[in-house]
Amino acid sequence: MTLFQISEPGESPLPHARKRAIGIDLGTTNSLVATVRNGLAVVLPDTEGRPLVPSVVRYGEQRVDVGYQALACATKDPANTIVSVKRLMGRGLDDVGDDRRYPYRFVEGEGIIRIATRAGVKTPVEISAEILQALRKRAEDSLGGEIDGAIVTVPAYFDDAQRQATKDAARLAGLTVLRLLNEPTAAAIAYGLDNASEGTYAIFDLGGGTFDISILKLSRGVFEVLATNGDSALGGDDFDHRVFCWALEQARMPPLSAADARQLMTRARDAKEMLTGHDAAPIVAELSGGAIEATLTSTTFTDITRTLVAKTLAPVKRALRDAKLTPADINGVVLVGGATRMPQIRRAVAEFFGQPPLTNLNPEEVVAIGAAIQANKLVGNREGADWLLLDVIPLSLGIETMGGLAEKIVPRNSTIPVTRAQEFTTFKDGQTAMALHVVQGEREKVADCRSLARFELRGIPPMVAGAARIRVSFEVDADGLLSVSAREQITGHEASIVVKPSYGLTDGEIARMLQDSFAHASDDAQARALAEARVEADRIIVATQSALAADADLLDADERAAIDRALDAVRQAHDGTNRAALAKAVAALNDATGTFAARRMDRGVSRALTGRRIDALG
Amino acid sequence: MIDFSRNHFELFGLPPRYRVDDGALEHAYRALQAKVHPDRHAAASDAQKRQALQASARVNEAYKTLRDPVARAEYLLELRGVDATDETDTQLPVAFLTQQLERRETADEAASAHDDAGLAAISDDVAADAKRLRSDVERALDSNDVVAARGLVRELRFLAKLAEDLDAMRALELDR
Repeated sequence: MTLFQISEPGESPLPHARKRAIGIDLGTTNSLVATVRNGLAVVLPDTEGRPLVPSVVRYGEQRVDVGYQALACATKDPANTIVSVKRLMGRGLDDVGDDRRYPYRFVEGEGIIRIATRAGVKTPVEISAEILQALRKRAEDSLGGEIDGAIVTVPAYFDDAQRQATKDAARLAGLTVLRLLNEPTAAAIAYGLDNASEGTYAIFDLGGGTFDISILKLSRGVFEVLATNGDSALGGDDFDHRVFCWALEQARMPPLSAADARQLMTRARDAKEMLTGHDAAPIVAELSGGAIEATLTSTTFTDITRTLVAKTLAPVKRALRDAKLTPADINGVVLVGGATRMPQIRRAVAEFFGQPPLTNLNPEEVVAIGAAIQANKLVGNREGADWLLLDVIPLSLGIETMGGLAEKIVPRNSTIPVTRAQEFTTFKDGQTAMALHVVQGEREKVADCRSLARFELRGIPPMVAGAARIRVSFEVDADGLLSVSAREQITGHEASIVVKPSYGLTDGEIARMLQDSFAHASDDAQARALAEARVEADRIIVATQSALAADADLLDADERAAIDRALDAVRQAHDGTNRAALAKAVAALNDATGTFAARRMDRGVSRALTGRRIDALG
Repeated sequence: MIDFSRNHFELFGLPPRYRVDDGALEHAYRALQAKVHPDRHAAASDAQKRQALQASARVNEAYKTLRDPVARAEYLLELRGVDATDETDTQLPVAFLTQQLERRETADEAASAHDDAGLAAISDDVAADAKRLRSDVERALDSNDVVAARGLVRELRFLAKLAEDLDAMRALELDR
C-alpha cells in the first residue's frame, strides 16, 4: 500500500546512492550526451526531444548560443558563428592555411589558434567548452543535480595536443573528467556488451571531421585495442566540400562571400544526406552573385568523392598491418559516425573486408552510449557485467636529437598507460639547464612530426660535462596524455620542468580561464538549484495525482478545488525560472494536501485492520 | 598494489625460462590489469590513482617484454647480469653481417622497382632465419651458456630490425 509521501522541499526522500555519470560525444558536426538510467544507456534529448546538439557556437550581441539556435545564425553571421571547432583543437594557424572553409577572423600569431569574435578573442578550447557546458546543463536538468563525473570521447587518432585541448575544454566547462575515451573504443563497448561479442573486430568510424579505424580483440570481458590508425582531418565535412566545389564549378561562379559559402555548404550537405536514400539530389541556392541550380546524381557523387573513400582505406591497411592481421581475420566490422551512412563508404568497407558491415546500432549515438556505459562504471555505480578496457597510444612519441631527427621513445600502438625513461647528460661544464623537444608522429625528421612541447629542465646540479646523469621519464596515462619528469641520478635532485606547449594553453592561461568561469559559477549554482527543485516538484505532482486517483472520495468539493489550485500553481512555477517561487508553490501544495494525507493514512490503517479482522474471523 | 621489486616472470607467476606459454602469459597479464588498471581506481584518491598508473604501466612493460621473443631473451640475460643491448658494441660475425648487407641491397633494389613480391621473399627469408635463431637462443639459455646466448640474441635483434625496416618499405608500397 502506498501512503501519500510528502517531504520537505529540497529534501529528497531517497539518498542519492547512485552517482550521476555521463558520456559525452563531442563531435565535429554534432555532439551528444548520454547516461545510464535504470540499467539502460540512453541519449538525453533536449526539451523538444532532439538527441543531437549541433556543435555550433555563436557569440551574439547579448549572449552565447549553442546548438540549433547558433546553427540558425551560421549563414547570416558567419564570422561570429563557429562551426566544426573540433578541427581546430590543438592546432596552429599554419595547420589551417588559407582554407576557404573558415570564414573567421583568425588572430595572427604562433601557437594555438585564436579567433576574434564579437565577444573577444576565443580559443578553440573556450569554444568547445561552451558546447560541453550546454551538454552538462542538459544532463543536470535531466538528472536533477550536479554531475559527478563525465567521460568525453576523442578520436582515437587525436594527438597529445588535441587530447589536452579537449580535456582543458571539459575542465573549463565545469566537468569532472573521469577519462578521455577513444571514440571507436567507446563504440566497441556499446556494441560488444550489447551483442556479447567475442573475436576480432574493426571499428570504422567516419565522423564529421575525423576518421578512425581501431582493431579490437574482444574476449572474456576484455576489450583490447590491437592497433589504431586514422586521419584526424578527414570526415563527412570533406564530402560536403567536394559537393560544394562541384556545384560551384557547374555554375561557373567566382569565389563566394562568407555568407554565400555557408549557404552553399548547407545545401551541399543536404544533397549528400539525400543521396543516402535517393539516386539524385537537387542543389538549389540563391546567392548574391546569382542562383545555383544543379542536380547531383549518386554516380557523380561517388566519382567526385572516390579519392576521399580511398583515403579511409589507407589507414585501415596500416592498422591491420600493425595488428599483424589480414582482412580475413576480422570477425566483424562496426560502422560508426553519421558519414558511414553514405552508400559508397558501405560498399568500400564491405568490399575491403569481404563482408557486409554491422549497422544494427545507430552510428550517431553509439559513441555517446558507450561513453555513458564506461562513465557509469568508472564513477563507481557497479552493476551487472564487468569488463576491462586496454587501449593504445595512436602515434609514436619521440624527442628531437642531433640533426633534427626524431628518436622514438614510445612507439605507436603501445598499450597505455606506459612509461619510458631515458638518460641524458650535460655537454658543458657547470650546465644547469637542458631543453627537450617532444614530438609525436611516425616520420624520421622532427620537422615532419607534430611538435608537442618544449620542456626545459632547470636546477641540474653543476658538474663537469658528461658527469650528470639526468633520467627523464615520459609517462602516458590512460587518457593518452603525456607528462614528463626528470631527476639527476647521482644527486637525486629533481629537476624542475617548464613546459611550453606548441599548440596548447599554458597552465597560467587555463587558470585565468577557470577564474573567469568561476565568475559565472554562481549563475550555474542557481541553475542547478532550480533543476533540483524541478525534479522535486515533478515528484510531488506525480504523488498528488496518484493519491487523487486512488482516494478522491475523501475530499469535498472545496477541498478538492484547493488542492487542484495548488497543483496548478506548482505546475506553473515549474515551467518558470524562479526557484523561490517554485519552492513556495511546493510548500503550499504540501499544506493543501496535509489533511488529505492524514485521511488517507487513516483509511489505510482501517483497511489493514479490517483485513486482519476478516482473517481472524476466517 | 604490486610488488615493484619482483621481476617480470615473478610478476606473472611464470618460470624464468625462454619458452613461454602464450596463453598463460596473456591470462596472467589480464588478471593483473583487471586489478591495477587506472579504470579500476577512477574514483579513488589522487595518490591511489597515481599508484594505479604506475602499477599498470609496469604490468604493460612486463607483458610487452615477455611477449616479444627478442626482448624476452635480452631480459633473461639481463637477469643473469649480461647486457645484450649495448649499442657501442657492434661486433657481429662477418659472414652474418655480409649476408644482411646483401639482403638490404636486394631489398632497396626491389623497393625502387616497386617489386612487392621481391620484398616479401626477403621478408620470408629473414623470418625463417629468425625462427632458427630463436631455437638456438632457447637451447643456449636453457643450458645457461650466456656467452653463446648473448651473441645469438644480438643477431636476432639485428634481424628484428631488418624485418621491421622491410615491413616499413612494404608499407610505403601499400600506401602508394
